[in-house]
Amino acid sequence: MEEILEILSEIHPDVDFENEEGLADRRIIDSLDIVTIVSEIADRLDVVIPAEEIIPENFNSVKALSELVRRLDEE
Amino acid sequence: MIFTSLPFVCFMVITVIIYYLIPKRVQWCFLLLCSYVFYTIADPRYLIFIAVTTVTVWFTAIRIEKLHMEQKEYLKLHSKEISKSDKQAYKSKMKSRRMKWLLLGLLLNLGILSVTKYTNFVIANINNIFKGAVSLKRADIIVPLGISFYTFQSLGYIIDVYRNKQQAQHNLFKFALFVSFFPQLAQGPISRYGQLAPSLLAEHRFERKNVSYGAMRIVWGYFKKVVIADRIVAGLTTMIGDEKYTGAYVFCAMLFYAFELYCDFTGGIDITIGIAEAMGIKVTENFNLPYFSKNIKEYWNRWHITMGSWFTDYIFYPISVSTPMLKLSKWSRNHLPAGIGKRITVYISCFVVWLATGIWHGAAWNFVVWGLTNYAVIMISQEFEPLYARFHSRFNVKGKAPYELFQIIRTILLMSMIRMFDCYRNVGLTLRMMWSMITSFKISVFYDGSLMDIGLTASDYMVLLVGFAVVLGVSIIKLKKGSVRDGLYARSSLSFYNIMAVMLIVTLVYGAYGTGYDSSQFIYTQF
Repeated sequence: MEEILEILSEIHPDVDFENEEGLADRRIIDSLDIVTIVSEIADRLDVVIPAEEIIPENFNSVKALSELVRRLDEE
Repeated sequence: MIFTSLPFVCFMVITVIIYYLIPKRVQWCFLLLCSYVFYTIADPRYLIFIAVTTVTVWFTAIRIEKLHMEQKEYLKLHSKEISKSDKQAYKSKMKSRRMKWLLLGLLLNLGILSVTKYTNFVIANINNIFKGAVSLKRADIIVPLGISFYTFQSLGYIIDVYRNKQQAQHNLFKFALFVSFFPQLAQGPISRYGQLAPSLLAEHRFERKNVSYGAMRIVWGYFKKVVIADRIVAGLTTMIGDEKYTGAYVFCAMLFYAFELYCDFTGGIDITIGIAEAMGIKVTENFNLPYFSKNIKEYWNRWHITMGSWFTDYIFYPISVSTPMLKLSKWSRNHLPAGIGKRITVYISCFVVWLATGIWHGAAWNFVVWGLTNYAVIMISQEFEPLYARFHSRFNVKGKAPYELFQIIRTILLMSMIRMFDCYRNVGLTLRMMWSMITSFKISVFYDGSLMDIGLTASDYMVLLVGFAVVLGVSIIKLKKGSVRDGLYARSSLSFYNIMAVMLIVTLVYGAYGTGYDSSQFIYTQF
């Protein structure tokens, strides 16, 4: 979770990622940001997020994204 | 039978009336029949194309779903007996089998789309490249009405089933209705199965509110299309049809086209959504006040929304997160400067998406250049974002009304300028005309009566001016207070119907039906 928070903060330093729960729905992060996030996660955490998992629910909060990464890592 | 023809209006009204008179359980069957009648009237030869797409996508989706079920059953039965690596190997084998069916469905239907839409473009280019040596004849191929729209809608469905995000529809005829639903067949929106099908296939009892809301939306759509868009056409055609109209005329044509396209396309979508709404069916919105966007990225989130999201979900993301791209991303981070290294995959994926968007719009170079110009502007804006952020914090302008107005006008002008490639339909001519705006701009064109000689009379300008004010006013109310229809209906249903009647009378009286009027096409039906 810490590492994901760090990745997000590097992309948008001005956003309060710890408390925000509508990152994708409210377009705080857009499709270009999402691709950057996916690349960073693949690079730093060695977890590949497939295209079918790129849906707003998985990217709306740090918690949701961390949960997705944990699930994919376990699989 | 196009939307603005009298036969279509009769067809639409009769369809809605019969829809509520027949038993509810056969409502969807009736809609399927109407959709195929509509398509047959357009051209009976089109039927074979839409039927092939319907059957192949329906069948492959069921095959894919069966493989999903088989995998689920197998893992449920054997999960305790097999190792993790065997499980992975099995999943991978099943994924590969599903992929084969997916590719079959995709390639077959993209093949049909490519052959019908792009064969003559390829022939023209071969002839151009090998001038003299090769002279291929144009192929006599028909382009079925709405093929880009229904093909993309069907492919979105099959990909969703492949991704296990959507259950397959086992009833062929129900699926056929999803592909061919007549209000959205000609110019979209490109609906997702999960969003459209539940209400499309549901039983609907008559509700006055649905019919009233639908009727209001339809009238509003006709107002924009017939009173505004079709009236501008005369002046616009004159200005873009002769190269003597340079400088200020080009600027004028640019703004005319921006307004015409908006009223034409959103008008058509209003009619589509309105017809569906009158029958209680929910069609996805395709616009969200695009001309209030403050930058080009926001504009593309508000204009032709269903196309943008289709390209994002089914092309942009799969390319961006594919294994080769992730490998490239890793390599570029280690070998290229930090900024570029991190964004290289975004640059490449966006390039592919905008190239595809351009080609999707038409088989011509002007559309390719139009798509790639959008790409260039979006990428440059992306790179300049830190600069904008510094500017905003230095001058404290972000969120201030005058600055937001400046951003909105800037975006409208920028998008209108890019759209000139679409308007003039020739890259060289467009560039010459753009250049003339700098070299021979005569401001006197706007007040010396020159604009009276382009096929528009003073009364036309008056109607357009009032039409513009109405569209702008309604848009501002929607922006500030939400749905205008909700506000009117909540206040008093009498005022709601009065306004609808006035709009209808205005549309009938001031619609551009005169000499030279040609409503044979909505601009987006050709895509």
